[in-house]
Amino acid sequence: MIFLLIAALAAIAAFMLVGIRGNLSFVLPFRAWKLFSLLIVASSIAMSTVIFQTVTANRILTPSIMGFDALYALLQTLLIFFIGSVTVSAFEPSVLFFGEVCLMMGASLLLCRLLFTGRIRSLHLMLLIGIVAGSSFRSVSGFFQRVIDPTEFVVLQDRLFASFNSADRELSMISAIVFVVCCLLVWRLRHDLDVMSLGRDNAIALGVDHDRVVRLVLIVVSALVSISTALVGPVTFFGLLVASIAYALVPTARHVWTVPAAVLVGIISLVGGQTILERLFAFDTALSIIIEFLGGILFILMALRKTSR
Amino acid sequence: MIEIRNLSKTYDSVQVLQAVNLTIERGGLTSIIGPNGAGKSTLLSIMARLLKPDAGSVRLDGMDVFATSGDVLAKRLSILRQDNSLAARLTVRDLVAFGRFPYGKGRLALADCEHIDRALAYLDLGPLEHRFLDELSGGQRQRAFVAMVLCQDTDFMLFDEPLNNLDVLHAVNMMGLLRRMARDLNKTVVVVLHDINFASCYSDQIVVMKEGRLDALGSPEAIIQKPVLERVYGTRFEIDMLRGQRIATYYG
Repeated sequence: MIFLLIAALAAIAAFMLVGIRGNLSFVLPFRAWKLFSLLIVASSIAMSTVIFQTVTANRILTPSIMGFDALYALLQTLLIFFIGSVTVSAFEPSVLFFGEVCLMMGASLLLCRLLFTGRIRSLHLMLLIGIVAGSSFRSVSGFFQRVIDPTEFVVLQDRLFASFNSADRELSMISAIVFVVCCLLVWRLRHDLDVMSLGRDNAIALGVDHDRVVRLVLIVVSALVSISTALVGPVTFFGLLVASIAYALVPTARHVWTVPAAVLVGIISLVGGQTILERLFAFDTALSIIIEFLGGILFILMALRKTSR
Repeated sequence: MIEIRNLSKTYDSVQVLQAVNLTIERGGLTSIIGPNGAGKSTLLSIMARLLKPDAGSVRLDGMDVFATSGDVLAKRLSILRQDNSLAARLTVRDLVAFGRFPYGKGRLALADCEHIDRALAYLDLGPLEHRFLDELSGGQRQRAFVAMVLCQDTDFMLFDEPLNNLDVLHAVNMMGLLRRMARDLNKTVVVVLHDINFASCYSDQIVVMKEGRLDALGSPEAIIQKPVLERVYGTRFEIDMLRGQRIATYYG
């Protein structure tokens, strides 16, 4: 854990300082803002993945594999399509974001009501449904993006396009506030979450109000997914990658340890990876590709291992 | 006292429980036996509020289990389920410590640690306490889960096939332990069993279920009888008295 903390701090320092030149009073704040949004994204994805995996009692499914971020993209698309970018842009961004998060929570609660009420027992069936749901969300958004007015499309693309490079400041601030609120909630639920990892029946037998915790966690997960998707767009396998590494590194399943560990692993790989790519190799947008590549391989390995058992 | 009134449950148009009525007095070991698909596990799950019935009620010392808050019940009633696979990676001790959750809500006091040590000792798990569950054999894992239930230290304890995967020595120890709980500590222990002879030798009372109904109820002397068992299981039985215990043979 201490090692992880040091590595995360080193990654942050490297991101801020490596290859620095020119006007410091411009470069440092510029990098700091970017760092700020990277930190929020890494932490939201890591935390949402760990708590989602706990309440669904598995270690393969993640919010993004289940199509949560595709759902967010779909909501964005529909919003622009039906309301129009002018009206949407006229809203105060914080109000708009808040509204989007609420919509997102509603939609994901519905999605989960269908999936996790215990009727579907097979993990593989669930996986399949998640992937189908995710790709249908993507196709529907794709459809609307094709029939939408080209100028509207540019606005939409700006709001959705995945990039760890561009993230605007106001959004970062709002996200930070939402993130802190989510952290407080998760902190209060930490012991309940530990019990939830024993599965529904054991959790109820030990006196945890299972349905209430699931609902709360799904709300938190929706908010966190909205934050990260709003800031950088959908990244499918990043959460799986950091959560699995965190479980492997921490010798306990208690959330007081696993959540921070996953957050730190997320920061190391996102900030560290971005530093290496941007400063050392002078690449620019390849980080998400690399993360998706590694995460995708891990996902396939885990799915296969689960089958062979 | 557990009072079960008119309990019915249907899964996808198959009626698994049909108006079951059953009263289990405080203290003593009650076994539930019956062929596959008789509704034994469903009954136990409903008693432990893990499953909602379509009709009927379960009362525990007068409290309706579906109306009472979960953390209150968790100090009165515990259950061991049949299938216990975990996604999380836990050590035996961590798992058993969860049994204290209803009392400390995640914080372990000194008294909780004593409970944990005692439960580990009861189930012969001392040497394994720091091993991870996924490194253990099925029987050892089963004992760890039973230890968690014991650690919860409730008046009412329900076990769905606690002898699963256990070797003869541990099965005998387990049944002895459950009987001691019932007799010495006045716990109400309800056990779903497949092994008729364990039910015969250790129970104070046997409940026989068949096709979602309560078929028979009584002492081992009344239930372990050739006509009863042959009617319920649909195969040939011989009952012998061996050292004062009724032993059923059914190996054809």
